[in-house]
Amino acid sequence: MLLNIKNLHVSIDGKEIIKGLNFSVNQGEVHAIMGPNGTGKSTLAAAITGREGYEITQGEIIYKGQVINNWSPDKRANEGVFLSFQYPIEIPGVSMTNFMRTAINAKREYLGKTPISAKEFLKKMEANKKLVQIQSKLTNRSVNEGFSGGEKKKNEIFQMAMLEPKLAILDETDSGLDIDALRIVANGVNQLKSEENAFVVITHYQRLLDYIVPDFVHVMYDGRIVKSGGKKLALELEEKGYEWIKEQFEA
Amino acid sequence: MKENVAMEKEEKKIYSPSEEKFIRHFSDNFDEISRHDFPEAKRMRQQAMETFRQSGFPDKTFERWRNTDPKGIFPKNMEIFDAEVPYEKKLSEIFVCEVHDFESRIISVLNGSYYQAGEEKITIDKNGVIVGSLAKAMQKYPQLVKKHLGRIMPQQDGFKNINTALAVDGVFIYVPDNIKVENTFQIINILNKPNLAVNIRNLVILGKNSHLQLLHCDDSVNRHGGLINKVNEVFLDENAELELYKLQNLNDKTTLLNQTAIDQSANSRLKINAFSLNGGMIRNEIFDLMNGENAWSDIHGLYLMDQKQHIDNQVNVFHNKPGCTSNQLFKGILDNEASGVFNGYIYVKRYAQQTNAFQKNSNILLTKTARIDTMPHLEIYADDVKCSHGASVGQLDEEAMFYLMQRGIPFTDARMLIMYAFTDVIIKEISIEPLRISIEDMVKRRLRGDLSICDRCVLHCSHPDQPVIFDIDMNKI
Repeated sequence: MLLNIKNLHVSIDGKEIIKGLNFSVNQGEVHAIMGPNGTGKSTLAAAITGREGYEITQGEIIYKGQVINNWSPDKRANEGVFLSFQYPIEIPGVSMTNFMRTAINAKREYLGKTPISAKEFLKKMEANKKLVQIQSKLTNRSVNEGFSGGEKKKNEIFQMAMLEPKLAILDETDSGLDIDALRIVANGVNQLKSEENAFVVITHYQRLLDYIVPDFVHVMYDGRIVKSGGKKLALELEEKGYEWIKEQFEA
Repeated sequence: MKENVAMEKEEKKIYSPSEEKFIRHFSDNFDEISRHDFPEAKRMRQQAMETFRQSGFPDKTFERWRNTDPKGIFPKNMEIFDAEVPYEKKLSEIFVCEVHDFESRIISVLNGSYYQAGEEKITIDKNGVIVGSLAKAMQKYPQLVKKHLGRIMPQQDGFKNINTALAVDGVFIYVPDNIKVENTFQIINILNKPNLAVNIRNLVILGKNSHLQLLHCDDSVNRHGGLINKVNEVFLDENAELELYKLQNLNDKTTLLNQTAIDQSANSRLKINAFSLNGGMIRNEIFDLMNGENAWSDIHGLYLMDQKQHIDNQVNVFHNKPGCTSNQLFKGILDNEASGVFNGYIYVKRYAQQTNAFQKNSNILLTKTARIDTMPHLEIYADDVKCSHGASVGQLDEEAMFYLMQRGIPFTDARMLIMYAFTDVIIKEISIEPLRISIEDMVKRRLRGDLSICDRCVLHCSHPDQPVIFDIDMNKI
């Protein structure tokens, strides 16, 4: 099992957001997590990636057989956990090239490997730019600065391709995307999908799941996964909305 | 009645030991100090000393010194030094400043005096450019000096008066009309003896349509304490352009008071980039007098202070004529118990219509004990004016930190990258490519805590690798 979350409780500023969540992912699987706003989907992503301020009060996150509750975000990243941010951060003054090379070399250092050669790096950059159809020269562009909403999301997938994670979490990657960008993003993900890695796709809408077909669909409500099923569940949710889940759950 | 009160006050003026020392030095050595003077200069000294006797040095009760306490800046066992430093070939090695691909004309100032073999103390080039000692210029070009010396500093205080009264030497640069100087001039100012207090006066005159790139380095070559009290007067005639880079890398015991007034004629352009990398106490006062229409100025600065260092930037822009544009941008990172002050003044006169005046000061405080006092002062009497100001004080951006760490970059590197990114906007303004690469390297090393005092000009001691494709090499940063 790649990821196994047991009875997870997460608080922010003393307020409990995730209230006993169980969730597991195997290699080669695609999981979709759906659910209404404010049910803890992004909090779950933050807890898995180790964001400061998200306090695990109870339970365990087990990744590749190890409890990672206390691991720093960079250690988790270098072990293969990747988060595609819902709101990618702009970092003026740091060029994309620099940023990517620094990240790749950090991982290589962590794994005891020598830094990537300039030639190999550039080759990789070009190949992955093609994958998500980024035309612009990234060398002179600061991280996400002046990127449109669509470009920012494409850039997240580009970074994912560069870093080759084992477990990729896509936090509302579809929000703010037009249909063309959505296709490009989904196509990128599908090409990166393999028997070795796994994807967790957090989304409100079924739309993205037409392109990235999940093996499992989970519904989150009030800090827990309240319903799991196959890809048909997503269609059902699209049709009926979340009200019936709420009713069922609250009853 | 009023007179009596003033008299009484004057009589009661009790001098501090350092004030007394300066006053005594003046009266004991006046003949020596004024030996190069023409009569007007001599009178200027006497007047300045007279004013100083009444006012003394400023203290924290002065509005402009509210957040910078000048009390502790005088070195223990202070020696007021104004003697000529004899030229020795061996000693001049400290002024060797080799930067890859960067050729500059080095102008050396040692312990307050223009440092060069006797006959070369002032030279005139084929194109009429004069470079030399101010003391020599007073003798050789008295008319040129007379016309400019002591004419423009709009605001006086004890330090400037002491400078006027006591400064014997400094750098004189004159660029005639229509001359675009090709190589960069580089003033290197060094103190190499303990506990000196020196007064330096620099005079830079640019004729119409002329152009000069000037790098002004203040360096320490050892750990001795000292006080450098400098007044710079700069004249930009019509359509002249000056790029002025200041590089300040002094030890923790040295105080630098760097007081610069610039007179801008019509259509002149001024670019200042001030890098304060190290120094016990640094105070940069800039008075930009826009006395001609359509003048332009970019006054930018970056300060990186730690330990108990103190930086004070006082930027004053006077929009005296219509159609001028000024941009003030100062950024700083303060660590440990370092403290900083930024006071940005913009004055727009009643008839100075179509003025554009902008000001921004951003700070990162890395610790709870670091401190910045930042304050805009705007006085606008014209009505057709575009003016803005902004100040920010913050910690490192946590969201950006998480973003970088989520990509695998460890905390210390992520922190460095964000700090470096913060400084980038100032560094990229350096138009001289090899100088930019060198300063970039110094800033990175400063942020890492590696940059300290070397035995020469700091630029010489920086060894940037040749970056080809990537602008930051994290192995180095």
